[in-house]
Amino acid sequence: MPTATIAGVDVAVNEEGFLEQPEQWTEAVAVELAKAEGIDPLTPEHWKVVAFMRKEYFEKGTGPTVRALGKTSGVSVKELYQLFPKGPAKVAAKIAGIPKPRGCI
Amino acid sequence: MADSITKVSIVISKGSLEGIYPGLIMANGARAEGIEANLFFTFFGLDAIHRDRIDHVKVATVGNPGLHMATVVGGLPGMSAMATKMMEKKMSALDIPPIREFVEMIGDTGAGMFACKASVDMFGFSKDDFVDQVEGIITVGEFYEIAGGGQIIFT
Repeated sequence: MPTATIAGVDVAVNEEGFLEQPEQWTEAVAVELAKAEGIDPLTPEHWKVVAFMRKEYFEKGTGPTVRALGKTSGVSVKELYQLFPKGPAKVAAKIAGIPKPRGCI
Repeated sequence: MADSITKVSIVISKGSLEGIYPGLIMANGARAEGIEANLFFTFFGLDAIHRDRIDHVKVATVGNPGLHMATVVGGLPGMSAMATKMMEKKMSALDIPPIREFVEMIGDTGAGMFACKASVDMFGFSKDDFVDQVEGIITVGEFYEIAGGGQIIFT
């Protein structure tokens, strides 16, 4: 398992750069992961989505799909794509330090 | 990643439930991966964006060997409606939205949606017949312009 040093923390990452252990995540790590995705700075709206992703992951064992995010996070699908143009569920999951959601919808 | 796909244009040409969903799922999935996506609706595929028809798309129960049902049974009155109801139930359980909601959502993802001019003229439709997400009625030449630099998928 490859490791990377992000914001001074040694974290385990997979080949796509997703954190292998969500417990290793910190807010400083999120800031660095977001920069790598071209999102700088993280606005309060970004944080709202990131926090929601983590909450869902720890409750349900998987991050939500874009549709589920749009329905339950309080941020619409349209806004989600403005916040995360390269794919809301995927990029927000990466920044939130959780595995990539595997839904088809 | 080398050779990753950055843009797709998907043509939806069929008006059955099983003809429409794959293209919608591929377009939505492309956007979810950060891939630019356009949808081009042609022939009976126009039903997927037609205001009055969008909620009445059915599974084909005749000439559809995948259903493993005798053609004569598939042709009985109400079979298509029943098969459609069953499939919609299954999809809903998997959190796959109805076509109208799916089209709205795909519009919100920033995907482009267009109707084919030749088909629109043939069926006697106009822009007002389509849901708001449809950006325009375009010719095949305009479609190729919009699709430029990406992959084209015909369904």
